[in-house]
Amino acid sequence: MIVIDIKKHLDTAEGPLEAHYELSISDGEFLTLFGSSGAGKTTLLRLIAGLEKPDSGRIEVEGEVWFDSDRRINLPPQKRSVGFVFQDYALFPTMSVRENLLFSAETPDQRRAVDELIEMVELTALSDRLPATLSGGQKQRVALARALVRHPKILLLDEPLSALDPAMRQKLQDELSLIHARLGVTTLLVSHDIAETVKLSDRLASVVSGRIERLCTPMEFFSPQTLSGKLQLIGEVLKIEADFPVSVITLLVGSSVVRTVLSSDEASELRVGGHAIISTKAFNPILIPLP
Amino acid sequence: MEAEFLSTMALTFKLAAVTTLILLLIGIPLAAFLVFSKMRFKSILETVVSMPLVLPPSVLGFYLLLAFSPASALGSFLTEHGIRLAFSFEGLVIGSVLFSLPFMVHPIQSALSQVPKSIFEAAYTLGKSKLQTMIRVILPSIRHGLISGIVLAFAHTVGEFGVILMIGGNIPDETRVASIAIYDEVESLNYAMAHQYALTLFAVTFAILLLVYTLNKKSLGRIR
Repeated sequence: MIVIDIKKHLDTAEGPLEAHYELSISDGEFLTLFGSSGAGKTTLLRLIAGLEKPDSGRIEVEGEVWFDSDRRINLPPQKRSVGFVFQDYALFPTMSVRENLLFSAETPDQRRAVDELIEMVELTALSDRLPATLSGGQKQRVALARALVRHPKILLLDEPLSALDPAMRQKLQDELSLIHARLGVTTLLVSHDIAETVKLSDRLASVVSGRIERLCTPMEFFSPQTLSGKLQLIGEVLKIEADFPVSVITLLVGSSVVRTVLSSDEASELRVGGHAIISTKAFNPILIPLP
Repeated sequence: MEAEFLSTMALTFKLAAVTTLILLLIGIPLAAFLVFSKMRFKSILETVVSMPLVLPPSVLGFYLLLAFSPASALGSFLTEHGIRLAFSFEGLVIGSVLFSLPFMVHPIQSALSQVPKSIFEAAYTLGKSKLQTMIRVILPSIRHGLISGIVLAFAHTVGEFGVILMIGGNIPDETRVASIAIYDEVESLNYAMAHQYALTLFAVTFAILLLVYTLNKKSLGRIR
């Protein structure tokens, strides 16, 4: 069980922000911090890892106090059992894949488990290569494996897949899901990708202006209605073309681009870059499996 | 004549090697401090480090000579303890260290400032101390900066003239280095000897620089 109740003054691009994070995460849970950029998601990860210091509050992980402003406790990052996967991977450039992991291992057991981890992320053939010679997806896997070497109590993933192309992204989402199921490590993911969030997380914490606004399952968040005869899809609005009296809306649903027509009034509530639910009533969906 | 030539060259390279080693030891922490410290008066220190780039060597040499002289507080303190820095090899080392400081610090500083913050943070979250991170992760990845610093400081010390003339003079086997010897031989119209010194310095420094830049290019290609 991880209990967080911390305050931190942030200077964001949109001005100062008094962030207050209250959150508890159960053991083995996969929780996603979802929200727009600048909402303070990454900051929360950095505060948990000890890379930044909260102004006040308390962080307790499995009964161990990592931070407590009242008792003046503030463990340095080195003393906190975290695995941090950075957005830019942060691999050590002069060490091979294997050396990156070995350097991180602390006990003989962890050193012995390095090859197994490399195999789990399918990098055995590349284990003697330097990071500069790897693709983005491969670097990401090294970073993930490296973060797991010390069996952290919490795995912190800072938009780890955002720099990858869609196909690689989906593959790594699947791998991440498998690894989480296999190792059961408590995981906190920062994301603003809906598909990723729904696919991976047990719960979603919606972060708005430094606060956790809602804590629920991803489905409750993105698709609030209960199961009905309605077909519901969530998409991102790509384009709104006014063609009086209607508007043509182009949405990205999954990896398909969908166009639909709305009255100009209805369309006025949408904005490009925002998310929308597409649903149809009295509709009997036909699912045809793809080869 | 030949023995004198050899001992002068040996002294020149000994001075450069000792200076470079000392500079490497103080240059790394100094560069790290200049990159990472958030101290308000950091720019003053930065200025002091860069001063030898623009200051006439004779200015630095003149003040060092004053400081080393038994008439000054420092000089009389040192004399009481049996240390003589003016017109001695040790004094030359101190002068060279000060004079070549920016040539060591600047390349290291610039390489360090290009290391992403997340590399440090990744090492910290993996339980590594600041010192372990510096030695195992950061220094290997800025080795091109270290090599540039070493080469520039070494070459600059070999080519130093003004400071040495001021504080060292021209004592064989103690302070008579090649650059001084050239001047001395020219003064006594011994052009052949001057030429021998000059050509040797030219060839050796060219070879060192060429070798290091070739190696540096290869190793950079591997980690980039």
